[in-house]
Amino acid sequence: MAEIITDKLCHVYSKDTPFEKTAIRDISLTIPQGQLAALIGHTGSGKSTFIQHLNALLQPTTGRVLLDGEDINRDKYARRDVKWKVGLVFQYPEYQLFEETVYRDIAFGPSNMKLSKDEIDERVREAAAFTGVDEALFERSPLELSGGQKRRIAIAGVIAMRPEVLILDEPTAGLDPAGRTQILDNIFRYREKSGATVLIVSHSMDDVARFAERIIVFDDGGIAMDGTPDEVFSRSQKLVEIGLNVPKAAELALALRRRNIPLPESVFTHEQLLDALLKAREGKAC
Amino acid sequence: MLKDITLGQYFPGNTVAHKLDPRTKIILVIVYIVALFQANGWIGYAVVTAVTAACMALSKIKPSNMFKGIRPMLVIIVLTAALNIFYTQGTPVRPGWIITWEGIARAVQMVLRIVLLISGTFLLTYTTSPIALTDGLELLMNPLKKLKVPVHEMTIMMSMALRFIPTLISETDKIMSAQKARGADFETGSLVQRAKALLPILVPLFVSAFKRADELAVAMESRCYHGGEGRTRMKQLRMQTRDYIALALGAVFLAVMFVLKRYAL
Ligand SMILES: Nc1ncnc2c1ncn2[C@@H]1O[C@H](COP(=O)(O)OP(=O)(O)OP(=O)(O)O)[C@@H](O)[C@H]1O
Ligand SMILES: [Mg+2]
Repeated sequence: MAEIITDKLCHVYSKDTPFEKTAIRDISLTIPQGQLAALIGHTGSGKSTFIQHLNALLQPTTGRVLLDGEDINRDKYARRDVKWKVGLVFQYPEYQLFEETVYRDIAFGPSNMKLSKDEIDERVREAAAFTGVDEALFERSPLELSGGQKRRIAIAGVIAMRPEVLILDEPTAGLDPAGRTQILDNIFRYREKSGATVLIVSHSMDDVARFAERIIVFDDGGIAMDGTPDEVFSRSQKLVEIGLNVPKAAELALALRRRNIPLPESVFTHEQLLDALLKAREGKAC
Repeated sequence: MLKDITLGQYFPGNTVAHKLDPRTKIILVIVYIVALFQANGWIGYAVVTAVTAACMALSKIKPSNMFKGIRPMLVIIVLTAALNIFYTQGTPVRPGWIITWEGIARAVQMVLRIVLLISGTFLLTYTTSPIALTDGLELLMNPLKKLKVPVHEMTIMMSMALRFIPTLISETDKIMSAQKARGADFETGSLVQRAKALLPILVPLFVSAFKRADELAVAMESRCYHGGEGRTRMKQLRMQTRDYIALALGAVFLAVMFVLKRYAL
């Protein structure tokens, strides 16, 4: 069980100084157990701030965060324990690697949990397998590996804690297309095996359109839209208004519709576009 | 939590105090410190306090922000007060007590001196951006170049350090958060455990700091930076009427303090 509820969450940075800045306001969301949700929004819309509340790294200025019905900020032990249940992978996580060997870096989380040596070993190998980190790399220094490899190791370091909720802040930023697909596939494999709830912050509409069950759109610290990809991408006008783009396939479908090719509103992945086009041609043929 | 360090922080604004030439402000702070150390009687302290309060009002700094700057020095202030109260000879407050009236007076004056010293110098950093500050310093120290003092190198190092302190702080914050998300604990445990807990922060921090330094050097070289020789400024500093007025007021202030000292007021 791992259901996250936020209740009128607000966060103000540098309160009572000239630099005061309300980063998020009145965020009330329920993310049910096992959901694969995507969080999108333009730069500075408060996505990173929001997700850092979900494992009690940031405390709300007002409002609450509930994990399975209990306030995660109720005391300092709860604030600590929630870190094992809600795994958070930061933007550019490769900058957090510090151990002498890859193995020990992945083991950092589990060893903070005070697990037995065997248990740690099992989890490290399991996490490495999920993220496609070759065991041959275990004794290498993480600092001498490539950016993509470092990223996987950092993600493995969080997965090794076997979180029930996995949150990733732009896990594919700065990777090539092949690297992006692999990282996302690794994450989905973990979700399938563990049944974890997954929340991914992303700037890539094409990725989001392909995988998400639910899309939450942030705009200027608040929720602008929240729904299935169908619901969100059928309001492409609004997306454009708040400075986001729509998936390539949806853009293309829009352009074709303007040229009187009858395509349904709910086209936003390449596969759907292909199907819709084939159907439209059949319709014309007879 | 690291962001709470306001020591030497710049608060942007549009007051006269912000608009003064940085050179004027640096000179005035020196004048202020000299003047403060002339105070040896209640009237003297009253004058300096009034001047400080006026300057704070002029620069529209909230007293609460000022106190935040003083807080790190609280231990020193309390210690100074205690030492002065207990170790000054004179008439006891009550017969048999070691606390004397003279001790209390001295303690109050010493605390005032420290608080005023901090407030005065903070006024400079609160109202002057780091860049303006180092520019002002460089121009003021220009004559030293004749003595082969590497003024430009010193000030460019200083402005770079100042420029990167916030970056490093936010980077430290980020790395700390990332390690906390993996269950690292920086707040509890024995001293040894806490020192060990710093390793996961220091290693990534140094790695990225060195990388950043490298990149900065390359970026500067590719923009043809070759030291201070023949370098001109985009924003030339020019003394205005208000600067001369401020300097004149500073001179009057200093003169008043010298006179007060002469008569031990
Ligand atoms: N530590 C901080 N101190 C002060 N203000 C901050 C801090 N972190 C973020 N902010 C501000 O809060 C707002 C939201 O920032 P946040 O990092 O949550 O945005 P984001 O949606 O993650 O953006 P991006 O897509 O660029 O990562 C921004 O305006 C930012 O300037
Ligand atoms: Mg972000």
